[in-house]
Amino acid sequence: MFTEDLMTPSAPVPLPVDILRFNTCGSVDDGKSTLIGRLLYDSKSLMEDQIEALERSADITGGGQINLANLTDGLRAEREQGITIDVAYRYFATPRRKFIIADTPGHVQYTRNMVTGAATANLAIILVDARTGVIEQSRRHTAIAAMLRIPHLVVAINKMDLVGWSEQRFLAIRAEFEEFLPRLDIKDVKFIPMSALNGDNVVDASTHTPWYQGPTLLGHLETVHIASDWNLQGFRFPVQWVNRPNNPTNPELHDFRGFSGQIAGGIVRTGQKVLALPAGVVTTVKEIWTYDGPVQEAFCPQSVTIVLEHDIDVSRGSMLIGSDYLPGSSSDLQAEICWMHPRALQRGKKYFLKHTTHTVQVIVTELVSKLNLASLESERDPAELGLNDIGEIRLHSAKPLVFDGYSTNRLTGSFILIEPGTNATVGAGMLLPPRELVCSENGDYVI
Amino acid sequence: MTSYHLDHLQYLETEAIHIMREVAGEFERPALLFSGGKDSICLLRLAEKAFCPSDLPMPLLNVDTGHHFPELNEFRDRRAKQLGAKLIIRTVEDAIAKSIAQPSPGEISRNRLQIPTLLAAIEEFRFDCCIGGARRDEEKARAKERFFSFRDSFGQWDPKNQRPEIWNLYNGRLNPGENMRVFPLSNWTEMDVWEYIQRENLEVPSIYFSHNRRCVRRAGQWLPVNDLVPPKANEDVRDLVVRVRTIGDIISTGCVESPATTVSDIITEIAAARVTERGSRADDKSSEAAMEDRKKAGYF
Repeated sequence: MFTEDLMTPSAPVPLPVDILRFNTCGSVDDGKSTLIGRLLYDSKSLMEDQIEALERSADITGGGQINLANLTDGLRAEREQGITIDVAYRYFATPRRKFIIADTPGHVQYTRNMVTGAATANLAIILVDARTGVIEQSRRHTAIAAMLRIPHLVVAINKMDLVGWSEQRFLAIRAEFEEFLPRLDIKDVKFIPMSALNGDNVVDASTHTPWYQGPTLLGHLETVHIASDWNLQGFRFPVQWVNRPNNPTNPELHDFRGFSGQIAGGIVRTGQKVLALPAGVVTTVKEIWTYDGPVQEAFCPQSVTIVLEHDIDVSRGSMLIGSDYLPGSSSDLQAEICWMHPRALQRGKKYFLKHTTHTVQVIVTELVSKLNLASLESERDPAELGLNDIGEIRLHSAKPLVFDGYSTNRLTGSFILIEPGTNATVGAGMLLPPRELVCSENGDYVI
Repeated sequence: MTSYHLDHLQYLETEAIHIMREVAGEFERPALLFSGGKDSICLLRLAEKAFCPSDLPMPLLNVDTGHHFPELNEFRDRRAKQLGAKLIIRTVEDAIAKSIAQPSPGEISRNRLQIPTLLAAIEEFRFDCCIGGARRDEEKARAKERFFSFRDSFGQWDPKNQRPEIWNLYNGRLNPGENMRVFPLSNWTEMDVWEYIQRENLEVPSIYFSHNRRCVRRAGQWLPVNDLVPPKANEDVRDLVVRVRTIGDIISTGCVESPATTVSDIITEIAAARVTERGSRADDKSSEAAMEDRKKAGYF
């Protein structure tokens, strides 16, 4: 009976249990798009019409050879120039996991897109051309991955076929990385020798690397332990939308006033005391609503609607917090920032800052330092931060922010800066841990 | 609830609900594009979940090409009525009559003409945001799309100059005349959509299931026989047992031979499928950049 089951060709694949989000970064021609094409092709995630389309374009542009990069380079300009311009997202599943890939371009003026693709990743793949070894882009991408606190890193040493599958070359590049890795806060790094073009060590183990005992790339992606990205300590609930039914047919809903949002940290239970900020009032969670019925308990990152015991001043941009693990609250902010716009960041400039569901005006009060990507050392008091620069800054906001350090909570520790007028998103910020916490001992908070 | 773990559908669901609520929180006049197709059916359930117990804080909008499958329109109208939602329909027919859309000589397809019709509806109702059911896995130009996709005052998408999108912080700021398209299902695959339909026990239009239909063979596909493009004498016409995998206009939607009569059958069929969903859409096959060009012109 068991074997019969196995032989049924149309037996549905059991539901994968989790999603691994990863991104690929490297310089132009390191073979990122080829690697993704290879992963999809060898894991049989490509469909016949996609392969046909590849073959069609191969006849026209590739002299008959299939170009796996054409799978991800979706824009005409990308295919013409043979480069990836914007983040492309790809999806595939194996019986073990579902994967979301962000293919992030390595071309220097598009580094901002790496931040876009990598911010929510569980794992980053840094591609290195075995012939050239570590270049500034490799350091930059590794530094960004570290700054974004991506928990896992894979250094894919690609084009090994072009260096004769030399173990010595592999070890030399690994040593180059290990020289600067200690300066960055990265815990888990794996080095894999491969040829994306030929498929060695991507899905199938290579016969050319008897000296390499580790997993293939897909093997690693399928098994790497994704420690929960979600912070379950310290309840944080940024209010997105006040839920007040208009003329409900159900009379019980006439006085309904709930607060809808996505839990950004911790766990909430009915009956629990919460502090509403900036109102500064303590109240109790009366009900937790979902479309599928009321629940007693909800956790990060679930989306729920919370009804409070008291009628207090709470609206979009307010935050409900638990009384353990208090956040910070301040108008003076210190943050690491990745600058993503050609108009440089300078002292005295004003921006809109979006943090959780709250947008406030800020002024840049100080440029503390700029990261030198060649040495990975900080330079003090830079004149400005230009496109792709990473640095540390101080800001003053028109209203206080309720926040955590980014290292504690990605969702309540991150922000974007928006340029007034153009509305361009110009910076991605990661708040340093607060110096002063919200004070809950204060009797003022109790209703 | 002790494991504090979300499976992939619960994760995709909370991500989409968060986006829906950001739209309600940041825009003054949003609309939800609802065609009655499988993706917009999921979208509608997510909107119910995002805003319950309130009614939907936005109307539903559909551009009717006049070439829709009748089963789809019947379902669309019925579902909107069930929810008590306001449904706005703007037709390509009407847009042509008002010179909003101009067919080129001999142009039968209404695909291109949907674009000016949609843009005119956005202008008429001063919508600042339209929520759509597009998914990144459908097509490679869509794979480059953001959740919040900015459109200039001509409704154009500029793929080389998209706003960076970081964490779950979406920049919804607009100047007058500009517009946002928002895609909460960006990270969903065709399989996720059907698994969600199954989990939520959602009704879908009957044409997604196996039925008898007279089809004509064109460009490697079985197209439904219809009055708009009647079969020519030399064409291969057959009565087949088919279903549709993706629904576009009746003149361009390929039917696939299938015995699938339940959602569970469809899931089994997709798991074993060897061609993509969009492989049965003639409108996407016209060139390698067909979708990119339409999106640049204002398609959703």
